[in-house]
Amino acid sequence: MGKTLAEKILSEKSESEARAGEIVIARVDLVFVQDTTGPLTVRQFQESGLKHLASPGRTALFLDHAAPSPNSSLSNDHMLLRHFAQETGCLIYNTGDGVCHQLVAESFARPGDVIVGADSHTVTAGGIGAFATGMGSSDIAIALGLGKTWLRVPESIKVVISGNFPAGVYAKDLALHLIGNIGANGATYKALEFSGSGIDIMPMHERLTIANMTVEAGAKAGLFPADRVTRDYLISRGRGNHFRMLQPDGDANYEKTININLAGLEPTVARPHTVDNIVTARELKGTKIDQVFIGTCTNGRLEDLAVAATILQGKKRCPQTRLIVAPASRQVLLAAIKAGYIQTLLEAGAAVLPPGCGPCLGLHQGVLGDGESCFSTANRNFKGRMGNPEAFIYLGSPATAAATTITGEITDSREVI
Amino acid sequence: MLTGKAFKFGDNISTDHITPGRLAHLRSNLPELAKHVMEDADPGFASRVMAGDFIVAGANFGLGSSREHAPLAIKLAGVSAVLAKSVARIFFRNAINLGLPVLLCDTDRINNGDTLEIDLKAGTVSDITNGNQFTFSKITRVMGDILDSGGLIPYIQEHGDFRL
Ligand code: SF4
Repeated sequence: MGKTLAEKILSEKSESEARAGEIVIARVDLVFVQDTTGPLTVRQFQESGLKHLASPGRTALFLDHAAPSPNSSLSNDHMLLRHFAQETGCLIYNTGDGVCHQLVAESFARPGDVIVGADSHTVTAGGIGAFATGMGSSDIAIALGLGKTWLRVPESIKVVISGNFPAGVYAKDLALHLIGNIGANGATYKALEFSGSGIDIMPMHERLTIANMTVEAGAKAGLFPADRVTRDYLISRGRGNHFRMLQPDGDANYEKTININLAGLEPTVARPHTVDNIVTARELKGTKIDQVFIGTCTNGRLEDLAVAATILQGKKRCPQTRLIVAPASRQVLLAAIKAGYIQTLLEAGAAVLPPGCGPCLGLHQGVLGDGESCFSTANRNFKGRMGNPEAFIYLGSPATAAATTITGEITDSREVI
Repeated sequence: MLTGKAFKFGDNISTDHITPGRLAHLRSNLPELAKHVMEDADPGFASRVMAGDFIVAGANFGLGSSREHAPLAIKLAGVSAVLAKSVARIFFRNAINLGLPVLLCDTDRINNGDTLEIDLKAGTVSDITNGNQFTFSKITRVMGDILDSGGLIPYIQEHGDFRL
């Protein structure tokens, strides 16, 4: 019998017949941590007795969550990570370089890779066809030293996408729609594998958005085939040599199949305080928003800023609504400056932050006040997520976010253009 | 045999309820972080929980972030096991890696404040308060071995590598 993408990749990396349900030991192609999970990982690595990194050139530390650092404790954590990089010769990305998952997509992920990161949204690299999954610091500490990890080969759910997005509807709306339908634990321990005519033409930034959010349904990995779109993306990143074709076998065994026709989707919003609490943007018309945040590993890419800038061109933010924009990486910011998007957003009234996680996890740069509501392009709206358990977070696409900025209440972007 | 009191929680308790992102500056000061554990789900929890007590949750406990600080803070607060109907994948692995048992069972049969007796080897939970007795599901062998070693770091110290 044929293999799913997950079975194919894990068979190769474990040099065994990896079938769903089996436990394998897989070689890892990239191991990484970020600044809020890294310090514990480093301490555990030191405690483990493992002396050396298995592969310093494929080990990366990202200072992105608390960068620039808001206080001395986190600055000390940054120092610890810088010191570790110096000692071991691994790669380090500093304040202003960008969010780990965006940098992994830009510079590292290859089809067929196994990638483990001490961050749950490591699944993002599944957009490029890598089996990428988040783990905690103990697992990552051991992967640093051994260059491998144990994995239970997941069952896969096939998501078949057909049709085209209607105007005003984007990958984020699809991701929210899917999570809303299967629930926040609808894919726990499983891989979500995407295919269909709607995927064949789907550009990489949209695949990354969708793969990023698969963990919000509990998935261990969100996998896209590696095809022409993947090849073109890697070539555009100067990594054409990293491309290989990767498709699941036609007779692979899927636990179930979910069919979604893009033509039937609407701009979708997740209401507080769970990601599967979805409704259409239209149904939330009139919901007042104090802060709009455009950015993150979900929707902080160039194409996202382009959509927002197009809607906000020549417009101003609602005086009662502030707009915060954090590009996902230095290269995204540079390209957005060149294309004029940053100027447009600034003229519309945005506060533009350095590349990084920004206010996404409630550490700094945009913590909400008591009772305030935020419309965010991030992936999580849990209670307390943006620094205040008394606040409310709505999730949606950059287009809905931009339209909401203009009116000050949740707005379907098709009503303002 | 583990004995303690049940602290009940509902479904979908996320890592942001357990150790919120806003407290990331305490992640290198674990005893202080543990004083805030579960703060956004039950603000008084850390001051009421006693060594040996249990967290008893509904479905999808620990969803969200990969921060191992979440199960670590639970462990440091003295909790001896987490019981839940289901647990998010990364949290499950992290807890076992720290030597914190996670037991999957029908938690509807336990009430808040009940005294529980848990036999990890036999796989049984006895609710002393209401007399219910039931079993929890087995974990995979590799996880069982890691738990027996007291966590992944001691397991690797002991074996030097994974042993399937
Ligand atoms: S942008 Fe948000 S979700 Fe993405 S890695 Fe940073 S904190 Fe996590």
